[in-house]
Amino acid sequence: MSEMNGAASTNGNGLPDARIPDGPLSQKWRTWLDAHHLVGPRNRPGRSVIVVGTGLAGASAAATLAEQGYKVKSFCFQDSPRRAHSIAAQGGINAAKDYANEGDSIQRLFYDTIKGGDFRSREANVWRLAELSANIIDQAVAQGVPFNREYGGSLATRSFGGVLVQRTFYARGQTGQQLLLGAYSALEWQVKAGNVEVFSKHEMLDLVKVDGRARGIIVRDLETGEIERFAADAVILATGGYTNVYYLSTNAMGSNVTATWRAHRRGALFANPCFTQIHPTCIPQSGDYQSKLTLMSESLRNDGRIWVPRKPNEERPPAEIPDAERFYFLEERYPAFGNLAPRDIASRAAKHVCDDGLGVGGTGRGVYLDFREAIAEQGRDAIEGKYGNLFDMYAKITGDNPYETPMMIYPAPHYAMGGLWVDYELQTTIEGLFAIGEANFSDHGANRLGASALMQALADGYFIVPHTVTDYMTVDHGEVSTEDAEFGRVQDEVEERLQALVDVDGTIVPQEFHREMGMVMLDKCGMSRDAEGLKEAIAEIRRIKADFWENVRVDPGIEELNQSLEYANRVSDFLELGELMCFDALRREESCGGHFREEHQTEDGEALRDDEDFASVTAWGWGGEDGEPVPYDEHLEFENVELATRSYK
Amino acid sequence: MRFNLEIWRQFDRESNGHFESFTVDGIDPESSFLEMLDQLNAQLGREKQRMVAFDSDCREGICGTCSLVIDGYPQGPRQVTACQIYMREFTDGATIKVEPYRNSAFPVMRDLITDRSALDRVIQAGGYISTKTGPQPDPNSMPVSPETQKEAFDAAICIGCGACVAACPNGSAMLFTGAKVKHLNLLPQGQPERTTRVIGMVEQMDAEGFGGCTNYGECSRVCPQEISLDVIGMLNREYRKARKDEQPAHRAKMTAQ
Repeated sequence: MSEMNGAASTNGNGLPDARIPDGPLSQKWRTWLDAHHLVGPRNRPGRSVIVVGTGLAGASAAATLAEQGYKVKSFCFQDSPRRAHSIAAQGGINAAKDYANEGDSIQRLFYDTIKGGDFRSREANVWRLAELSANIIDQAVAQGVPFNREYGGSLATRSFGGVLVQRTFYARGQTGQQLLLGAYSALEWQVKAGNVEVFSKHEMLDLVKVDGRARGIIVRDLETGEIERFAADAVILATGGYTNVYYLSTNAMGSNVTATWRAHRRGALFANPCFTQIHPTCIPQSGDYQSKLTLMSESLRNDGRIWVPRKPNEERPPAEIPDAERFYFLEERYPAFGNLAPRDIASRAAKHVCDDGLGVGGTGRGVYLDFREAIAEQGRDAIEGKYGNLFDMYAKITGDNPYETPMMIYPAPHYAMGGLWVDYELQTTIEGLFAIGEANFSDHGANRLGASALMQALADGYFIVPHTVTDYMTVDHGEVSTEDAEFGRVQDEVEERLQALVDVDGTIVPQEFHREMGMVMLDKCGMSRDAEGLKEAIAEIRRIKADFWENVRVDPGIEELNQSLEYANRVSDFLELGELMCFDALRREESCGGHFREEHQTEDGEALRDDEDFASVTAWGWGGEDGEPVPYDEHLEFENVELATRSYK
Repeated sequence: MRFNLEIWRQFDRESNGHFESFTVDGIDPESSFLEMLDQLNAQLGREKQRMVAFDSDCREGICGTCSLVIDGYPQGPRQVTACQIYMREFTDGATIKVEPYRNSAFPVMRDLITDRSALDRVIQAGGYISTKTGPQPDPNSMPVSPETQKEAFDAAICIGCGACVAACPNGSAMLFTGAKVKHLNLLPQGQPERTTRVIGMVEQMDAEGFGGCTNYGECSRVCPQEISLDVIGMLNREYRKARKDEQPAHRAKMTAQ
């Protein structure tokens, strides 16, 4: 097997080796676990770990490391760890338990995930994810997560997009909330036990390296504005995804890229930044003032049928349009999977029918999601039992009653498959810096399947990173103090940057630059991309960035609560990331998953991959303030699956 | 649409606060209440005036970050979170009063932002099942009837926003605490710590300075998750029973190892 616990070797082009253990796929994780080094229980309190972010990945990692006996410091920008955005995940979590007796297995979950990701993820990582999936359900139930139950008291499951089995466990339409509260309660238990210290309303603004290793972070106390230093033996980033780069997305207002981006600027490579997921079932935009989009769970596609009128500019209300004049475009184009086609495919199909003028709603950017037949067949009560809270949420936002009239939906940016490059041990290219959950790039390839984000975040946090961080900490890297000169140097840089934002003294609030940039990103680096548009986008983002640094309005006062400063600081990082995403999309001359290049499509408009040149991960290095980013390739080896054209027809 | 806003301004925990009046115009009726405040801040930014601080995050009613008191109602008059209120629900030209939560256990950090960490500490006092990450029994070995699941779930959906506390004339957190106790004490997994949980959480609630329940019912009336007053009944029942059955010292020894 590859060398553990030592300096990473490189694969010859500057990118560290992914350190995938040798041996058969199904034995790799076991092999790794059996061989990894351990820290004795008495020595663990002497080792410290910083975990940034308290979503599913961060809370589960912090709690588990603390249970093992390490000293953990946990940070979140929210006012409580329970508010991290995992809380908003609705539909469910996959696990290869085969409770539905359909012949489901680790192999099938593995294959569905690899195929769903359009063959752009690592076999070994995805297998491990599938292998650990069942443990997650067991762990959550033991914590008191109230998953839905069948009449006999056993756990209920349902279907999600891109699969033909019912392996999705759910807690009504609030699965993310219940799983996060489970992880949060484990975290709070460890706070009480004295093993974790939680720093709420603290935002990480930079990473500190000493002798090349991650040894601490610089944070800002968001209430007092004080800049603080924290040191540790290892740093874990669990800071989520970056789809707020599109401004309007299903992410929370505070979701941001700052922690991972600052780590990137310190030397962590950023992988596949252009792989973002635009989720098909969201409530359409209604106006320019809008600050976010709301997701309607994919689980709705189990019973809802998606259609548009066949006639452009249809004015009749949906109930008056006869079946023959309805275009059930997913069912017609993808008869095998129908309304449960994977997210990238369903989103693109909705975009195309709207581009053709068939869209509905005020803006013409909407399609119907219709429960008429499901209600007629199963009764209103059954539908209410499955989706009641989602229907209520829709009614609250739109004022329409989805039991009586079809919902209107349209795709919205939702999830980032890209993120910090990590090896098999979830370690970034900076030693001692780990990235887990949505913050890393690892398991979903070019498209994530529904109900897989919760699975990956918790697999990383509960079952993987506590072991790989342990292995890393078996070597004593020496004492480090926050008095070290490096801490001072990085803190100075952080303070200079904050001061620069305040000093602009402009008149335009950060939100307006964010909105402007988001429109460029959605238009040119969203559901479909082409070379010309991407080049234009790079130029436009550079213009917006220059304008931002001339005219942004930030309240004066760094050493106090200052939300405009927080926001401006995040937007300044999004502006840099947006440019990198366009570079990545431009370089990847193929279509795969959520990355659809107009120049690369089949005759019937499906994504056309180029496995010869792009069966790889692109990991980007920071090119400096005025330089261009530097790409490195990790070639993906497929030894267990055949690279097939992804068909859901 | 045009609105007059009366907004509470307070610099930090130590300062005194006051109401300040603003006018916003050209507001789209479909914009949410918080998007209206975003527009107010854009306007203040243009005039180089200090923007209004208010907390929000998911803006879809689940994270519980919102903490506004709108026209006297915590989270607004419609029993939803503040982020789910739309301007179409107000009359054009209306004057709207916006305040932070008022409770001594929730100090104001600035303007409309309060410190609700007291609720985290109540959870730390017992709102969990002490089980380490690791091999667990198969869930189907411990069946839970859908009825019990539903009852537990209806309590487990609490978003921890604290509106219940803000609405209560006594500043009681018993709806919050009762919801967590009900969720965990109904499930088979929650049984071993049934007693210590309720005692720990109630003691912490008192230590934080939250008041007691005298059945006003205002908490449930404003709760965006519509958590029923029944959870307080269960909390009282569990607490009484726990005190009766209490076996002191035993547990402390076990956790000290």
